[in-house]
Amino acid sequence: MSSSTKTPEDFSLPALRDGDRSEFARLVEAYSGFIYRLALKLLEDPQDAEDVLQETFIKAYRALPNFDGRSSLSTWLYRIATNEALMLMRRHKVSTVSIEEPDESSEEQQEPLQILDWCCAPEVELMSGEARRVLDQAIDTLPESLRVVFVLRDIEGLSTLETAEVLNLSETAVKTRLSRARLRLREQLTGYFGERQRQQAMEEELE
Amino acid sequence: MSHPSCHEFLSSLSEYVDGTLDESLCNEIERHMEGCDNCRIVIDTLRKTIELYHVTAPQPSVPDEVRTRLFHKLDLDEFTGP
Repeated sequence: MSSSTKTPEDFSLPALRDGDRSEFARLVEAYSGFIYRLALKLLEDPQDAEDVLQETFIKAYRALPNFDGRSSLSTWLYRIATNEALMLMRRHKVSTVSIEEPDESSEEQQEPLQILDWCCAPEVELMSGEARRVLDQAIDTLPESLRVVFVLRDIEGLSTLETAEVLNLSETAVKTRLSRARLRLREQLTGYFGERQRQQAMEEELE
Repeated sequence: MSHPSCHEFLSSLSEYVDGTLDESLCNEIERHMEGCDNCRIVIDTLRKTIELYHVTAPQPSVPDEVRTRLFHKLDLDEFTGP
């Protein structure tokens, strides 16, 4: 019942187009893990993720007779799933901090930059429950256009090209958004881990 | 990030840590980093940020009851066996 992003494309397209139930079941089995996880990361809600999972395969089954094979089956499925998730996100307005699309032209220079080396902070090595929550909360603060790129590229491990195809963006736009997402997350983690490290150093000095 | 040139590199750092940046720009960043601790820290913490998300990513599994409901919804109950 598990699947990975590296699922081989060993499905019979003619059978899928003909509505072959057994072949479709194999497709569902192969990709449901990835799609569920993607939706969960984007929506942060198990019920929403399940809805996206079901809708994706219902839509895919209906659309398969017309699937032209120009993109790979996986890219095509991820696109349906991502669109479903984005639609739900917009409906729920999960993104409370910023719903605005980022302006591609504005430069990163305006982003604040905290300089604190927390790479070796003990907290980072331990990855406590609190630290994990910090990671999740940091993703939540990203506007959806950055979040979806970050989740596809850095969490799900899609290539730049695959991400561009799923989101119907240029590869340059994917790189720009990924860069912004990563820098913003770095800021957030610096705020947390850096502060923890500073506190610890102060406590040690007092001892 | 104390030199004026530090900020010019900022938008290239993501590709730099991926190893996909153009070689000449890559060399430029590395030369700059030798004398700029702040940039080195930003790069190290950026790399660590990506690594943390990668390492802590959950395993791709669908809970059994979600899978059962999915197959039922798709009228694929006969294929739910192990």
